[in-house]
Amino acid sequence: MTLDLGQELKDDFPILSHKVRGVSDLVYLDSAATSQKPKVVIAAESNFYTSTNATVHRSGHELGELASAAYEAARENIARFVGIEPGNLIFTKNATEGINLVAYAVLNATLLAKSGDKRYNKLAIGAEDSIVITEMEHHANIVPWQHLAQVTGARLEYLKVDESGRLDIDESKFSKSTKIVAITHQSNVLGSVTDVAKIVRFANKVGAMVVLDACQSVPHFNVDFKLLGVSAAAWSGHKMLGPTGVGCLYLNDELLGELPPFLLGGNMIENVTYESSTFRSDNAKFEAGTMNIAQVVGLSAAVDYLKNVGMNVIHEHVRELTGAALKGMLSMPGIRILGPTDLTDREGLVSFEVDGVHPHDVSQFLDSKGVAVRAGHHCAWPLHRKLGAVASSRASFYLYNTKEDVDVFLAALDQIRDYFKVA
Amino acid sequence: MMNLDSLYQEIILDHYKKPLGSGLQDNFSGEAFHVNTSCGDEVTVRVLLDGNQILNMTHEGVGCSISRASASVLHALTKEETTETFHVLLDNFVDLMHSQGKVVPDEEVLGDAAAFAGVSKYPARVKCALLPWMAMKDAIEGAGNE
Repeated sequence: MTLDLGQELKDDFPILSHKVRGVSDLVYLDSAATSQKPKVVIAAESNFYTSTNATVHRSGHELGELASAAYEAARENIARFVGIEPGNLIFTKNATEGINLVAYAVLNATLLAKSGDKRYNKLAIGAEDSIVITEMEHHANIVPWQHLAQVTGARLEYLKVDESGRLDIDESKFSKSTKIVAITHQSNVLGSVTDVAKIVRFANKVGAMVVLDACQSVPHFNVDFKLLGVSAAAWSGHKMLGPTGVGCLYLNDELLGELPPFLLGGNMIENVTYESSTFRSDNAKFEAGTMNIAQVVGLSAAVDYLKNVGMNVIHEHVRELTGAALKGMLSMPGIRILGPTDLTDREGLVSFEVDGVHPHDVSQFLDSKGVAVRAGHHCAWPLHRKLGAVASSRASFYLYNTKEDVDVFLAALDQIRDYFKVA
Repeated sequence: MMNLDSLYQEIILDHYKKPLGSGLQDNFSGEAFHVNTSCGDEVTVRVLLDGNQILNMTHEGVGCSISRASASVLHALTKEETTETFHVLLDNFVDLMHSQGKVVPDEEVLGDAAAFAGVSKYPARVKCALLPWMAMKDAIEGAGNE
C-alpha cells in the first residue's frame, strides 16, 4: 500500500505533532485561514537572519549585495511559479494590502486626473462608471471597492451566486461604464472556483480591468496569471506554506506603467527635492520603505517545497480529501453544506452548519477532539446573510492532511448533535 | 487538564435549550444592541426600570450556547434587583471571566452564573459570555439618559 501524501509529509511540519489541550493529536483543518510551515521554510527565514541580513537595494557592502541577490532571486522564483515575469511581481504585507494598493492607486489616479494631470484620465473613475464584484467575496475584496465607489461616486454591482453556490457570470453586468471587475478565484466559504477566462472575456469586450483575489487558488493548483489574462492578482504567502507578513501582487505591464504609487517614501522614488518628487517606473514604484525581506526569502523556500511535491499531486490529494469529507457529511443527519455538494468546479474546503448547534459550539466540540476548524463568518458576512446563516464552521484541507484526519473529523462531527442534545 | 464538560455545564445547556426572558418586552426604559464582530453573534437587551429597581430584563438574539445561556441566566439573576446589585454582579462576573480558570466563583453571589467559570479557560469564548452583560450595562445607562 502506498503512503497517503499527508503521512509522507507529516514529519516536515513540526507543529503537526502538537498535542491539543495536552492530550489529543492535532488534526489541523484550518489551512484556508493559514497553512502550517515546513521546516525548510522556517530554516530559510532563520538562515537569512544568521547569514545574509541587510537591507536591499541600498547598501554597497557585501551583506547588502547578498541580501539584494536573495530577495531578487526569491522574486524570480515566486513569479515563475505563477507564470509571470519577476518585473510584474510586487511584494506587500498581505493580499489585503495588494487589493488596497490597486484600489487606492485608482483613487490617486482619479484625484491626479482631477488636478489636471492628463496621464491619469484613462484610469480615473467617477459617477458614470461602475465596479463589478461578486456576492462571494472576502471582505478584503469588498470593502476597498465599496470605499472607492463611495468616494468617487462610481456604482458598485454584484455578480450573483446561484442556488448551488456557484457564480452566475451574467454578461449584462458588464457594460462600457464598467472600469474594474474584482473577483475571487476560489470562494473561501463555498469552495467554488470562478471561470476566470469567461470573466476576462467579458471584461475585455468592455475594456475593464480584472483584479483577481487568488488567495485560495495559488496554494492549491497550478495558476498562470498571464494565461488567465487578468490585469492584477493578489494572494498571500502564509496560506501557501510561507511566513506571515508577506503577500504578492501581480500587475500586468499596462497597470504597472499606468498606476500611480500607493505608498510613498524611500526606495520608490526617482528624484526628490524639497518641492516635489518623481517616482520609479518599474515595480519598485510600489515597494516603499524597507521590505519584508526575510519573509520573501521564506516564501521562496515554500514555493520550492510546493514544486518539489508537485502542484498536481497536491491538487489531487486535496480533492480526494474534500470528496471524502463531502461524502461523509452528506450522509450525516442535521448537516447543511454551504456551497456545491459535488466536486465540479469546487475545491479544498467545506463550510457547513450543524442543525441546532452554533458554529462556535461546533468548533469547540471539535477542538476537544483535537480537530481545528474555523468558526465564524470567515470575513464573508454579506454572503452568510445571503445564505441565511449567522455564521458557519469550515473544514479546509491541505497537502499535509491525511485520510485519517478526515475520518477523525467525521467521527467527531457525528457526535456533536448528541452532545448538545439536539439529535 | 481541560474538559469540555467544564465548559458546557448542564446548567448552561439547560438555559440554552429553554432560555428565560427570551423575546423582547414592548414596555421598556432602555435598550442596547451588541454584536460580536468576530463571529456575528448579536443580542438586543431591553430593561424596564422603576428608579433604580430592575423590574424586568428581556433579550433576543442569535448566538452560541454560551452567549444565549448567559442572557438567560442574566434575566433570572437581575429580576427585581437594583441596578447597584447588577453592577456588583457585573464586576464579579467580569472578574470571573478574566480569571483564566484560576478563581473559584462565589455561588452565593453569582448563582447560576457561577456555572460559567469554565468559560474563562477558553479566551475565545469569554466575549460570548460577556455579550449580554455588556448589552444590559448599556441598556441601563441608556435608560438613565432619557
